[in-house]
Amino acid sequence: MKRIVISTVVCFLANAIFSQDASDILLKVDRNMSSKNRIFESTMIIHGKRNSRTITSKTYSEGSQKSFTEYLSPASDKGTKMLKLEGQLWIYSPSADRTIQISGHLLRQSVMGSDLSYEDMMDDRKLTDIYSAKIVGEEKIGDRTVRLLELTAKVSDVAYYKQKMWIDTERFIPLKQELYAKSGQLLKRTELSDVKNIQGRWFPTTVIYKDMLKDGDGTEFKMTSVKFDQEIPGYIFTKAALKQ
Amino acid sequence: MKTAIKLAYRNLIGAGLRTWLNVIVLSFSFVVIIWMKGILVGWDRQAKSDMISWEIGDGQYWHKTYDPFDQFTLQDAHAPIPPAFKAGIKNGDMLPVLISQGTIYPEGRMQSVLIKGIDPGQDILNLPTQKLDTTPDIIPAIIGTTMARTSRLKVGDHVTLRWRDANGTFDATEICITNIFKTNVPTVDVSQVWIPLETMQSMLLMPDEATLFTIRDSETTQPASENYKFMPVKTLVADLESMIKTKSVGQSIFYVVLLLLALLAIFDTQVLSIFRRQKEIGTYVALGYTQKQVVWLFTIEGAMHAILAAVVGAIYGIPFLIWQAKTGWALPVETSDYGFAIAETLYPVYSVGLVISTMLIVMLATAIVSYWPSRRIAKMNPTEALRGKLQ
Repeated sequence: MKRIVISTVVCFLANAIFSQDASDILLKVDRNMSSKNRIFESTMIIHGKRNSRTITSKTYSEGSQKSFTEYLSPASDKGTKMLKLEGQLWIYSPSADRTIQISGHLLRQSVMGSDLSYEDMMDDRKLTDIYSAKIVGEEKIGDRTVRLLELTAKVSDVAYYKQKMWIDTERFIPLKQELYAKSGQLLKRTELSDVKNIQGRWFPTTVIYKDMLKDGDGTEFKMTSVKFDQEIPGYIFTKAALKQ
Repeated sequence: MKTAIKLAYRNLIGAGLRTWLNVIVLSFSFVVIIWMKGILVGWDRQAKSDMISWEIGDGQYWHKTYDPFDQFTLQDAHAPIPPAFKAGIKNGDMLPVLISQGTIYPEGRMQSVLIKGIDPGQDILNLPTQKLDTTPDIIPAIIGTTMARTSRLKVGDHVTLRWRDANGTFDATEICITNIFKTNVPTVDVSQVWIPLETMQSMLLMPDEATLFTIRDSETTQPASENYKFMPVKTLVADLESMIKTKSVGQSIFYVVLLLLALLAIFDTQVLSIFRRQKEIGTYVALGYTQKQVVWLFTIEGAMHAILAAVVGAIYGIPFLIWQAKTGWALPVETSDYGFAIAETLYPVYSVGLVISTMLIVMLATAIVSYWPSRRIAKMNPTEALRGKLQ
């Protein structure tokens, strides 16, 4: 009897310690991936069934609530601007000289034909706020040792009920992420690579997004330059900036 | 009057081929106008009947925020089934339907769909919902032929369906296509997947909720509800009616062109008659006819083309119109993508009113174009006319 009680207590404590670890890791990931603000230039390569398309853009973001993106190429998309402001999203199209708000089912459409939907860009809450995490294993991705975290939603209004995250425990960045439906079906996979030390923090500069229910090789997102904690003029995050 | 008609008839028949050519062209206008109008009336009846059988029943209750033309409303267009509706649903006189957006992935392609939950045991609509009661291990689904064609799905195919529940959380599962139905009503077919209501309510975390209710008989079932507004059949078919009205106006241009061609021939004939028959006009006046009576004679002669055309048109038109009413007119293009109820074969419907109104319009128009050139006769000098001198 004594043995059973001891082993139960040990198990409980081990579990508590392990889950404490998972929360800590997640907190560190949140801290590492978010910054006061950042300015980055990126290239998005959308791999279609027949051909691939490359789109370049420049993004300014502040916290997780404000972001402004201007598309630089190809010529057909040049000048298109996107503004995310506290849960709302607007797109300016230079050809129509119109600003439209993306809401409702339009949020489910893909961004520029990529594997990313607008609503994927809209969920800007911190992982620790919406998921409870536990460590379920340790693996290797390339030459990096990673801990596999299983995240389960602790709030009801979350897009993906379950996530799996492979986190580099030395640098505290996710190297792989899988997003699951409530039924357990794998919906999206993200692979993060080209980790660089930028201004004292480790940051993955290449992300490959893949909608697992759809054919195709996914969308490759490469950040060609990233700057953290810059001076961003306030007008950038206004609707007026879309038409400038 | 009787003499005038007799004279006009003799002159017309005497003109021979010229008269018959005019009559045949005019009779063609008669038959085509009646046939085309019949097609529109037939389409109107057929479409309304199909909509009632497949979609709207004898009226619907819509959630107050539901707008089928605005997908943005779907997110909030659902509420618990009101207690006042329960008895009607239990008796099978009301049919709840829950609607939500989703995505299917046939052969790795992404396709947006409307997911509609319906009671498999219903018998208000023609949808083969009994096929939603066939597979216990997987969610059964029925789709229309257009949906099957665009998604390349067949009976027995499994496909992944993704949706978001009431909290916005993604969920996905496999569904099995258990039936593909053929309908003329695209609003129950295009980009739609029908699944059992209870399954959908539990998938969406919306237990006992619905977006709309279709009723069997609006005279016996009309409970009141705060969240739902009643939409009578007249309102539900208003769009179809206005669209058919627009088509009717468009067709009128065709009638006018057709009629103008026939009337132009009659007008020419009248002008030629007056020019060539001056001696005859002079003789009538010499015999005691007033000039007005001669104008009347020539007008009757011209207008009589329409009567002869009606007779000739009846000879070949009646068998043609009856044959068309039986076999219908198969539309030469695919109609399922039009977005409104239209059958592949339209069966014209002719009413007495339609035939009489068409005849009156054609006769009146013919009388006017016959009278128009005949007015010159009133200005003629009878002696000059008698001598056959050109005036």
